[in-house]
Amino acid sequence: MTTTDTGRSAPRPETGPSAPATDSAPDTGLSAPITKKERSVRRIAISQKLSRWDVEVSPYLYISPFFILFAITGLFPLLYTAWVSVHEWNLIGGQGDFVGFDNFAFVLSNPPFWIALRNTFSIFLISAVPQIALALFIAAVLDRNIRAKTFWRMGVLLPYVVAPVAVTLIFSNMFGDQYGLINNLLGQIGIAPVGWHSDALASHFAIATMVNFRWTGYTALILLAAMQAIPRDYYEAAMIDGAGMVRQFFSITIPQLRPTLIFVIVTSTIGGLQIFDEPRLYDQTGQGGASSQWMTITIYLYNLGWGQLNFGRAAAVAWLLFLIIIIVGLLNVAITRSIAKAS
Amino acid sequence: MTGTGLLERRPAGRRRRRGLVNGQRPGWKAYGFLTAVMLGSMFPIYWSFLIGSGDSTTITQQDIVWWPGGNFIDNAIAVLEDDSVNFWRAIGNSIIVSTVVSASVVLFSTLAGFAFAKLRFRGRNGLLVFVIATMAVPTQLGVVPLFIAMSQLQLAGTLWAVILPAVVSAFGVFWMTQYLAQALPYELIEAARVDGASMIRTFWSVALPAARPAAAMLALFIFIATWTNFFWPFIVLDRQNPTLPVALSLLQSNYFVDYSVVMAGVILSTIPLLILFVFAGRHLVSGIMQGAIKG
Repeated sequence: MTTTDTGRSAPRPETGPSAPATDSAPDTGLSAPITKKERSVRRIAISQKLSRWDVEVSPYLYISPFFILFAITGLFPLLYTAWVSVHEWNLIGGQGDFVGFDNFAFVLSNPPFWIALRNTFSIFLISAVPQIALALFIAAVLDRNIRAKTFWRMGVLLPYVVAPVAVTLIFSNMFGDQYGLINNLLGQIGIAPVGWHSDALASHFAIATMVNFRWTGYTALILLAAMQAIPRDYYEAAMIDGAGMVRQFFSITIPQLRPTLIFVIVTSTIGGLQIFDEPRLYDQTGQGGASSQWMTITIYLYNLGWGQLNFGRAAAVAWLLFLIIIIVGLLNVAITRSIAKAS
Repeated sequence: MTGTGLLERRPAGRRRRRGLVNGQRPGWKAYGFLTAVMLGSMFPIYWSFLIGSGDSTTITQQDIVWWPGGNFIDNAIAVLEDDSVNFWRAIGNSIIVSTVVSASVVLFSTLAGFAFAKLRFRGRNGLLVFVIATMAVPTQLGVVPLFIAMSQLQLAGTLWAVILPAVVSAFGVFWMTQYLAQALPYELIEAARVDGASMIRTFWSVALPAARPAAAMLALFIFIATWTNFFWPFIVLDRQNPTLPVALSLLQSNYFVDYSVVMAGVILSTIPLLILFVFAGRHLVSGIMQGAIKG
């Protein structure tokens, strides 16, 4: 065994510690000052074997905590949800009879699920679309040669450190139907108060505002990073061809951002369709409004599981939401691809 | 391995080229717009302090109050002494949970990241793809079985129920793999091996120090995510033993809600992260931008 295979992408792990200690490299400072003769051939063999074993097994040892713990706490519960969803299962009584797809049938044949689905998508669209548009604009401004870059970047990121629960408590106060700041301000310019809690669409708008408050700056920084990776020559060429700023933005920036936009849209889909904190705390009772105006799928899941103590149905909702997220995620990728290609 | 090298590496070459296209400073419109965005970011926080430093009548007044009142301390004390909420307990719990979770995520992610980035083993690529794929899996939807399991293990209501499901993160593994792949030269590992270091010793004294900047950022993000997490702690913890977001939700669901007290609670629970932001905000910014380039 020699140490000559340099220039490889990975070090040959076989260049174990035993080899250099015996034949060369007297200047490896850390090795103990044992003379070569003191080491028996036999000891070398054992330590070589140990070292080989060390090299071969260690990688698996190092990745195993992640895989084992993820399997137990992430993957297994998700899969086991499917098992719970085809059984009668109560919080108190535990597992009951196998009921096939009865839980799914119940969920799908009753209005709350569809109302929740409508609300979830409405809130998601009202938040994601303006958020990404505004984030693109903020990123474009930050991408220019401004002074005090770090200051402005930190400025847009500030809301990220406010917990969704805290954001919700602040905004549900500002969006109060009676004494809220926003209705108060609207009143001063002569606009009738809006039913931010009583009206479905208005409540979706308020909840979307909370989501956007926390995430727009974060999204802008992701997009900014991607913008900075676009070679500046592209813009130079476009300028020579007489393209203005707006044209450059749509013909160079947007297409170049495609992978990042897909990433942003997919992550906001995964998060957005599971929305819980904001609608749960938008009023005191947490049921999603008197007539379920802003009840989302995850709130419905929670109500079934921990309100009605029916885990079978809650699990069915969890699986349905899981499928919806996958479908919408794939759809998003397809749409974003075609849009970015067209422009 | 300098502490700031993480972000600086990339822009260096670009800055030179940049001058040709939009090298000139933008006009006042850009600054005006950014100022507006920033005021929008700060206003709700300021507003919560306005309410939180007033009294129960502040929000019902027709004339909007624009300056803080003098009752913040009183309101904060009311929050801390509210027997139905256990706010002190919540602060302690949030510190414990966030610290333990970020420490364990960083440790396991660095271990796995070291293996994925620098060691050769059968199945490496396939397993790495699996890790990346799991980043997109909404594991939060496994709450029903997770709750059943925690109840059967008698862990529901304890901090273990919140900590255990969060001790590893696919994102963390991906993040550390990306970083170590470029920040840890093979020569260093080889040198350590030549000197007779075992694999674990090599990890401990070569890989871990090299991973420090990325590990610190990962810890920061996981800390914030854990501190602000609500859904699962809300399900599995009870009134007597909440984390801060759970305690906040209890403050609001009290029968009689005094918003000045609720907002004082909001401020109290946000201050630690605001302080963190003042000192580490630039690392958050570069962490997000770093992750975006790679991801």
